[in-house]
Amino acid sequence: MAESAASGHSKSSPLKLYFGVWATLLVLTFVTYRVAYLELGPFNSVVALVIASIKATLVALFFMHVWHASEKLTKLVIVAALFFLLLLLGLTMADYATRTWS
Amino acid sequence: MGMPTVVPQQRFERETYLNKEYGIWSWLLTTDHKRIALLYLISITFFFFIGGFFALLIRLELLTPAGDLVQADTYNKLFTQHGMVMVFFFLIPSIPATLGNFLVPMMVGAKDLAFPRINLLSWYLYIIGGIIMLHCMLTGGVDTGWTFYVPFSSNFTNTKFVEAGIAIFIAGFSSILTGLNFVVTIHRMRAPGMTWSRLPLFIWAHYATSIIQLLGTPVVAITIVLVACERALHLGIFDPKLGGDPVLFQHLFWFYSHPAVYIMILPAMGVVTEIIPCFSRKRIFGYQFVALSSIAIAVFGFLVWAHHMFVAGISVYSALVFSFLSYAVALPSAIKVFNWTATLYKGSIRYDAPMLYAFGFLGLFTIGGLSGLFLAALGINVHVTDTYFVVAHFHYIMVGGAVMGYLGGMHFWWPKISGKLYPEGWARLAALIVFIGFNLTFFPQFVLGYLGMPRRYYDYSHMPEFQVLNVLSTAGATVLGVGYLLPMVYFLWSMRYGKPASDNPWNAAGLEWKTASPPPTFNFDEEPVVTWEAYNYDELDAPPQAQEVTVA
Ligand code: HEM
Ligand SMILES: [Cu+2]
Repeated sequence: MAESAASGHSKSSPLKLYFGVWATLLVLTFVTYRVAYLELGPFNSVVALVIASIKATLVALFFMHVWHASEKLTKLVIVAALFFLLLLLGLTMADYATRTWS
Repeated sequence: MGMPTVVPQQRFERETYLNKEYGIWSWLLTTDHKRIALLYLISITFFFFIGGFFALLIRLELLTPAGDLVQADTYNKLFTQHGMVMVFFFLIPSIPATLGNFLVPMMVGAKDLAFPRINLLSWYLYIIGGIIMLHCMLTGGVDTGWTFYVPFSSNFTNTKFVEAGIAIFIAGFSSILTGLNFVVTIHRMRAPGMTWSRLPLFIWAHYATSIIQLLGTPVVAITIVLVACERALHLGIFDPKLGGDPVLFQHLFWFYSHPAVYIMILPAMGVVTEIIPCFSRKRIFGYQFVALSSIAIAVFGFLVWAHHMFVAGISVYSALVFSFLSYAVALPSAIKVFNWTATLYKGSIRYDAPMLYAFGFLGLFTIGGLSGLFLAALGINVHVTDTYFVVAHFHYIMVGGAVMGYLGGMHFWWPKISGKLYPEGWARLAALIVFIGFNLTFFPQFVLGYLGMPRRYYDYSHMPEFQVLNVLSTAGATVLGVGYLLPMVYFLWSMRYGKPASDNPWNAAGLEWKTASPPPTFNFDEEPVVTWEAYNYDELDAPPQAQEVTVA
């Protein structure tokens, strides 16, 4: 599966791609660390979460071969996982958002 | 590998998965799903008796109102270890890892699971987790309750929480791997003609279970890691002093643990759905409804978790929604109960041991499910939460439902697994003892809880009027213990002295009955081709002459 993804898609070798993704992840980690020292108020968390999501997406797409996966089952698994993650976050936040005391 | 040529004497020395190879390594390094199922069977039985031992001590302590048998701290450890062992090391792997492992490939007509080595890995992970848990128990144990709520688990307990957490974390991965294997096997390895609508409902139930294992287990694993991080590194996740929120823990924990209760009950529902048509000699009533209700349970099971948190300070609006959704999730279970009952209607019912367990399941699961509806009603919940009513509710489902289903399945498929018949009279007696012992143990707990006896108390001397019901419950637990020991004794006995089983002793439908008992290593001598619908009992029972003129 990895081979077909590599040959069908990018002209560079898969190894280069993997190192590229790895470097990007390291850069993003560094960015997270630097941004944590800026005074952005509530946006500190927002930025950190956005960067973390981008990193997770990169890992799933390239290291877990979701990019160019031919298998429908793989896609189904991804969609289902995201859907249930949204349920977890959505219903939990709904609790916090509607508490009438505090 | 090479098929044995048919030589007359070989009729008795037929090669099976059991006699193909001998020696400890042929078991510990096997990738045969049937042998791995037996490895799991031995291991979960071991943990079942450990968990049962703790239960016995709990019941002995509660025999008298005073806290006289053990210290308060010890009592906390007893119910914690009982819950952790029973939930994570017995009930979650019980049916999927033993009967599921054994039967899923055979029922879909495959040679093995999709990833045989991952299957073996899952058993090793389970064993590693189990050894860590044993070590934890032998060196002091944990006292947080199986739910390990913060802030007690993160900031206060001085018992071995982190070690227990690691054990559960690792065992969780074994559960994920089993689920993964089942999903891929069911999608990719079905025999020709085995369409989705011809799959046995046992397979649909395991498919739904696997979905929950895959989607839910990572959440509890992460939750354990977060608690451990807070404990060790003082990260502010659940502690308000550090900017965290303790209720968040409960959200995360129950997001897994409510669906996890369905990991325990769905496979038992699958077992019962195989047994009832066979012993009523009828096709299952409403195949599609039973199949899709399994999927509905898996999905809607993820939408009700906060019914465990009604008194934890969640938003009133949230509580209303979760209460409503909890009622909704009972519907697919009710659909199943109605379909089983309709299958029985006008069937030619036989009362063999597996069917007795299936009947037990039906009644006890229904009581457990209905008491769940009581608990899901906000007003009643406030009254009975954290009382013995809750304890009775989930034991009716987990022990009365899941363990009954497990035992029913063990009896039903024992001839296939071992190639031997168990003694039917003893088996019926054991089923009866289990049923009586169970109700004697847990029905009084409904009453106790309703009257206000809190759970997790070791000393109730300020309310001595509760003693009578507690004595009944302890007496029942003793009976139940005998009922559980019996099958283990006669199963072992039958391996040596039992009569040889034919390939299909129950005249049951399903591919697993079309191969030998015990099956050959690759399950079938030739790849099966399926041309019939599931549960075709009308065709199986048709007299041979009539079969030749099958037109009408
Ligand atoms: C089908 C299998 C089910 C199982 C295995 C199961 C298991 C459990 C368990 C283990 C608990 C106790 C958790 C704890 O406090 O430690 C519990 C509590 C509860 N169950 Fe169930 N349950 C099932 C079905 C249901 C259903 C169908 C409903 C409602 C529609 C339900 C409603 C509840 C509620 C509301 C509680 C919380 C009680 C409280 O602590 O206040 N359960 N159940
Ligand atoms: Cu629940």
